[in-house]
Amino acid sequence: MAENTFERVKKIIVEHLDVDPAEVTLEASVKDDLGADSLDVVDLIMQFEDEFGLEISDEEAEKISTVGDIVSYIEQKQQ
Amino acid sequence: MLAGKVAVVTGGSRGIGRAIAVTLAQAGADVAIFYAGNRQAAEETVGQIQAAGRKALALQVDVSNSEQVDAAFKEVLAAFDRIDILVNNAGITRDNLLMRMKEEDWDQVINTNLKGVFLCTKAVTRPMMKQRKGRIINISSVVGVAGNPGQANYVAAKAGVIGLTKTTAKELASRGITVNAIAPGFIETDMTAVLPEDLKRQMLDQIPLGRFGSVEDVAEAVKFLASDAAGYITGQTIHVDGGMVTA
Ligand SMILES: NC(=O)c1ccc[n+]([C@@H]2O[C@H](COP(=O)([O-])OP(=O)(O)OC[C@H]3O[C@@H](n4cnc5c(N)ncnc54)[C@H](OP(=O)(O)O)[C@@H]3O)[C@@H](O)[C@H]2O)c1
Repeated sequence: MAENTFERVKKIIVEHLDVDPAEVTLEASVKDDLGADSLDVVDLIMQFEDEFGLEISDEEAEKISTVGDIVSYIEQKQQ
Repeated sequence: MLAGKVAVVTGGSRGIGRAIAVTLAQAGADVAIFYAGNRQAAEETVGQIQAAGRKALALQVDVSNSEQVDAAFKEVLAAFDRIDILVNNAGITRDNLLMRMKEEDWDQVINTNLKGVFLCTKAVTRPMMKQRKGRIINISSVVGVAGNPGQANYVAAKAGVIGLTKTTAKELASRGITVNAIAPGFIETDMTAVLPEDLKRQMLDQIPLGRFGSVEDVAEAVKFLASDAAGYITGQTIHVDGGMVTA
């Protein structure tokens, strides 16, 4: 399950930010390491919402920094 | 020209907004209109959109109320599935000299004419970003550029709309969304019908083309900005004013 969520998140990030899959680790910062600007983050959040069928509020979105944050947030919401 | 597109026109029940809604429909778009309270007028606009062979939806929405705005855009998306064009046209006047202007006149005009544009724009950015394409057209006014005694609240709001247009254009450009403003001059509608005759004559003297504008003059400019032909124009304010203000 954990890997599954990570793989799905990774796929979206790789496609959207056009980065090397190897760079998308749980520790990677979406902005600093993967080069997303603030609009990219909004865009990614929308795609995660669609992919996982959930809603991520603006306050929650602001707390997200690393890929791991996204994965644990999504898993927590899905329980 | 706009076949298969979906447009939302705020303040589409009367005046300039109605002409915009009907013109976009004649160009092939399905159109949802927002109106403040004039249901009969809204239904007339709906009839004209349908007469053009397009789908229509009229929603009573106060554009200055975020909950109503969000709910309305959800309804439009549920009905039409997408939003390609947003025309922020809803507007009111509460004219008075600054010295006599009441705080509530200031607030009402700023809330409807400026905050309303912000709220509606915010509501469409999500669907437009997903589509990687969109057109936002804000109806400002030449007085927002030139100033006008007796309209401090209205002028501040309309100048604000121009600044908002420039900023939104820069924020959304990378997602294929263009944002432009139109600054109409003196257009013959209910809003201007109430002005005294001598003032109208005085205004006419200041219009090089020698006539007041029609609602169609504005609607044609909106149609162009909404089309693919205007794809390289963003952050601009186009005057439709008979040459009144040239700055
Ligand atoms: N006429 C001119 O010479 C002129 C010049 C420059 C700029 N403009 C601008 O052009 C736009 C249209 O003007 P107009 O002359 O066509 O005005 P109008 O004939 O007075 O029509 C105003 C429209 O806005 C709607 N509206 C008002 N408050 C609203 C609110 N809070 N929420 C949603 N809708 C609301 C009205 O709905 P209801 O029918 O339900 O009341 C109506 O459809 C305005 O932004 C105006 O400032 C006009």
